[in-house]
Amino acid sequence: MKQKLVIIGAGMSSGRLIETLVDTNPDAFDITLFNAEPRGNYNRLMLSPVLSGEKTYEEIVTHDDAFYATHGVTCRFGEKVTEIDRAAKVVTGENGPVRYDKLVIGTGSEPVIIPLPGHDLEGVIAYRDLEDTQRMMAMGEGRRVVVIGGGLLGLEAAAGMAARGAAVTVVHLMGHLMERQLDEAAGYLLKKSLEGKGITVRLSANSKEIVGENGRVKALRLDDGTELPCDLLVMAVGIRPNIALGKAAGLAVGRGIHVDDQMVTSDPDILSIGECVEHRDAIFGLVAPLYEQAKVAAQTLLGREAAFVQKSLSTKLKVTGCDLFSAGDFADGEGREDIVFRDPSRGVYKRLVIEGDRLIGVVMYGDTSDGSWFFGLIRDGTSIDDMRETLIFGPAFQGGTQLDPLSAVAVLPSEAEICGCNGVCKGTIVEAIAAGATDLGAVRARTKASASCGTCTGLVEQLMQVTLGDDFQMPTAQPICGCCDLTHEDVRRLIKTKELKSQPAVWQELGWKTVNGCHVCRPAVNFYLLADWPLDYVDDPQSRFVNERKHANIQKDGTFSVVPRMWGGITTADELRAIADAADKYNVPTVKVTGGQRIDLLGVKGEDLPYIWADLNRAGLVSGHAYSKGLRTVKTCVGTDHCRFGTQDSTGLGIKLEQALWGSWTPHKVKLAVSGCPRNCAEATCKDVGIVCVDSGYQVGVGGAAGMDVKETERLLDVTTEGEAIAVTIAFVQLYRENAKYLDRPYKWLAKVGLDWVRDHIMDANERQRLIDAFELSQSIYRKDPWAEHAARPRAYTHLADLTLEAAE
Amino acid sequence: MSWIDIAAVDDIPERGARVVKTPVGCIALFRTGAEEVFAASNSCAHKGGPLADGIVHGQKVTCPLHNWVFDLNTGQAVGEDARIATYPVRIEAGRVLLDGMAVDDRSAA
Ligand SMILES: Cc1cc2nc3c(=O)[nH]c(=O)nc-3n(C[C@H](O)[C@H](O)[C@H](O)COP(=O)(O)OP(=O)(O)OC[C@H]3O[C@@H](n4cnc5c(N)ncnc54)[C@H](O)[C@@H]3O)c2cc1C
Ligand code: HEM
Ligand code: SF4
Ligand code: SF4
Ligand code: FES
Repeated sequence: MKQKLVIIGAGMSSGRLIETLVDTNPDAFDITLFNAEPRGNYNRLMLSPVLSGEKTYEEIVTHDDAFYATHGVTCRFGEKVTEIDRAAKVVTGENGPVRYDKLVIGTGSEPVIIPLPGHDLEGVIAYRDLEDTQRMMAMGEGRRVVVIGGGLLGLEAAAGMAARGAAVTVVHLMGHLMERQLDEAAGYLLKKSLEGKGITVRLSANSKEIVGENGRVKALRLDDGTELPCDLLVMAVGIRPNIALGKAAGLAVGRGIHVDDQMVTSDPDILSIGECVEHRDAIFGLVAPLYEQAKVAAQTLLGREAAFVQKSLSTKLKVTGCDLFSAGDFADGEGREDIVFRDPSRGVYKRLVIEGDRLIGVVMYGDTSDGSWFFGLIRDGTSIDDMRETLIFGPAFQGGTQLDPLSAVAVLPSEAEICGCNGVCKGTIVEAIAAGATDLGAVRARTKASASCGTCTGLVEQLMQVTLGDDFQMPTAQPICGCCDLTHEDVRRLIKTKELKSQPAVWQELGWKTVNGCHVCRPAVNFYLLADWPLDYVDDPQSRFVNERKHANIQKDGTFSVVPRMWGGITTADELRAIADAADKYNVPTVKVTGGQRIDLLGVKGEDLPYIWADLNRAGLVSGHAYSKGLRTVKTCVGTDHCRFGTQDSTGLGIKLEQALWGSWTPHKVKLAVSGCPRNCAEATCKDVGIVCVDSGYQVGVGGAAGMDVKETERLLDVTTEGEAIAVTIAFVQLYRENAKYLDRPYKWLAKVGLDWVRDHIMDANERQRLIDAFELSQSIYRKDPWAEHAARPRAYTHLADLTLEAAE
Repeated sequence: MSWIDIAAVDDIPERGARVVKTPVGCIALFRTGAEEVFAASNSCAHKGGPLADGIVHGQKVTCPLHNWVFDLNTGQAVGEDARIATYPVRIEAGRVLLDGMAVDDRSAA
């Protein structure tokens, strides 16, 4: 007498279960198969190729009518099971009940729909089944689609519709795509490939509302107010195990239906497999383990011994041209080591994570041919001690191949600009070298490349090396740090030429050897990016030294100092009173007048910072940026207002300069001063920019210093009006921002590029205007008070938790 | 071990750190990746600099005061003969859990 087996759900896992059962013992069970979808088992994974047009639905059906007929499976497709009566051992479908001896629940999972306003509008769908796929297949030329979710499913949906000609935007909450499977570098390359397919990717974007018209979706609105118009909106933000039936039947459930190693639920006659189960705290979203579960369940049903064991998993993305592979674990563990390989010329990134003598995780992009080999090493726990050095080159490694430090330059297209001053591109330089210019002087003479400010010398030399090979002995230039082979100047130029607009872009395209840089290169790269791309690049606080991250100078005992801005050194009785009150309220041990005409409150506790700022803000005081690589102070003398020697309104000019320049980030700190006459009470002649007023106008000097080095300013220009003095100052600061090496004060930079070069730029009316416009653009983002912003979120300044209180109880 | 729920992983900025006060002193939780957190003493082995205020890179942190670099796996200072204490920590369902036994001065050896 055959036992009655009822299976709920004709999915990937139950398909495998039925196969295994009929293969091993075709006579054991009389099978009834329910499926809510109006069809039998098909390969759900392959919906993506169907969507993109690479396959048809017919090609992905795994079990057809003939299969079910041959094996006597009673099919109840298009019929949802509504109830399980465990006492009576009866399952009820929409068209009536059926009795079971053994029951298997394989109901899979359901897509998570974020309950945004408008989520129930017509035209808002998920990506799970053939119906969803068909809706998306209707999106072609001239249609606009928004996909929420930059994970595996969302990206396959986006790529499929883009392949059909639709204009697709992917909106992703996190800072990089597929953050569960990829790290930032691989996420960056993936984004680049998708953008190459015409897909728009918006990262760190928070959806706020789905806008509709006549009950149909019209646009997605983000929390920054942006509206993305669309004809279809696909939500692919995750899945949730479909446990409703099991739960209603009183089975033990958590996030999924609880099963043991034999796939048996809390009821011995009911098994469960697939995405609906929870096994030893884990739930599942990829087919590999589900197939294992199906086989184990078949054995259990047939009364044989078998146990399901969780194994590490690997992920691939089924989008043509996006070659990525990720496996194992690169999260949360002790004693780990990374091996990173990047080949910018081929867009390849590989990262291995090693623990002890084992490989435990791998992420690859661009070249994934060794993926399964690495995955094998992970799964089998093979000792990699003997091959540690060459592991990253894969199984075929025969010695020899080394990452070429010159590859970043080698791959530049010939129209890439190498010398920014003279507008010389790579092609011109290579031609000159080929025509016999075999040393730097000759290249300079012939092309003018590196003949002006000289900062591109390193790149020109690398080009000579690439072109001439061993015939050229390259002088060893100092790379930024151990993470890369390029100098600061090289990196700056390449960021501009290659339009690199994010840190992962820099790391990848310029061949960084570490995962995410170090304390030396990160602050520099962060500055270069924000100086060159103020609108595209978002300042990264985690790449700043503590002073700039906390907007306060750290003192040797870990407390901070607070210095409010006093424009041009002018203050009022009200401001002084507010400062005095703050000093009392926060028990400030030291109040000092600084060399820059400011008042410094020293010894403020880190967690008090947001509150003291808020108090000072209320009195109209803003941050003095006394901690920043940026504009510090503009010192002034009293000038014509009070001094009998004054020739111009030095205080007024100082205030105007400070109001124009404050908030801007610069390679190193920048201090200004304006004196009302050559007696120079404001000590303007030892400042980065020092203006001395004279009867005929203003003498603008630059490159002074009064630190470890003492230097008098050199005269940049004499101008007649206050407006011009301001214009020249701003243009100078911007030129410095665009060109100097991080942590070079202006005088050091001037020593490299020469005052004449700077003067030529600033005297050129067009260039001066361009510099001022560029500075203003940047200031539209950065001219703001960081205190106000940070005072609004004091939690970031205090400890995350306090366990001392609990322990005392 | 007794795992204590401290906070959501996302309360710690990626490549950043936050401090937890415990009976054995301030412990910094360093978030080195999307799903990777380490716990170690917040106090630099050199002159006590607040490590949570340093720059986090790879699985290391650089002290904000004099740039000593510590490997967060072991607490070992790179190139120096010194180390800081590390503590068991793990992530579960988006929450950071710290081992309560290890940070309790009554049981810490
Ligand atoms: C587009 C897409 C691409 C994917 N790509 C990959 C990939 O590349 N690699 C990978 O490993 N995984 C991939 N997956 C995930 C993989 O498809 C799933 O892990 C797998 O299908 C889950 O199998 P399952 O048997 O648990 O559930 P399903 O295959 O979802 O089957 C469950 C079935 O149960 C039915 N059902 C639910 N409730 C009831 C009820 N009450 N009564 C009757 N029937 C019911 C449902 O209609 C459904 O047909 C992809 C998924 C999708 C949607
Ligand atoms: C009535 C005339 C003058 C007035 C009202 C005046 C006012 C001031 C003021 C207000 C300052 C402080 C500047 C500041 O740091 O904000 C100052 C500083 C100074 N003054 Fe005068 N001054 C006068 C004449 C002179 C003269 C004639 C000289 C030199 C010949 C001079 C030399 C200096 C110098 C060197 C300083 C800088 C001192 C320091 O801070 O180290 N002053 N003066
Ligand atoms: S610099 Fe000249 S104008 Fe200014 S306070 Fe000194 S003497 Fe007066
Ligand atoms: S001079 Fe030296 S000791 Fe004095 S504040 Fe400046 S850095 Fe510190
Ligand atoms: S206190 Fe940390 S390096 Fe000096």
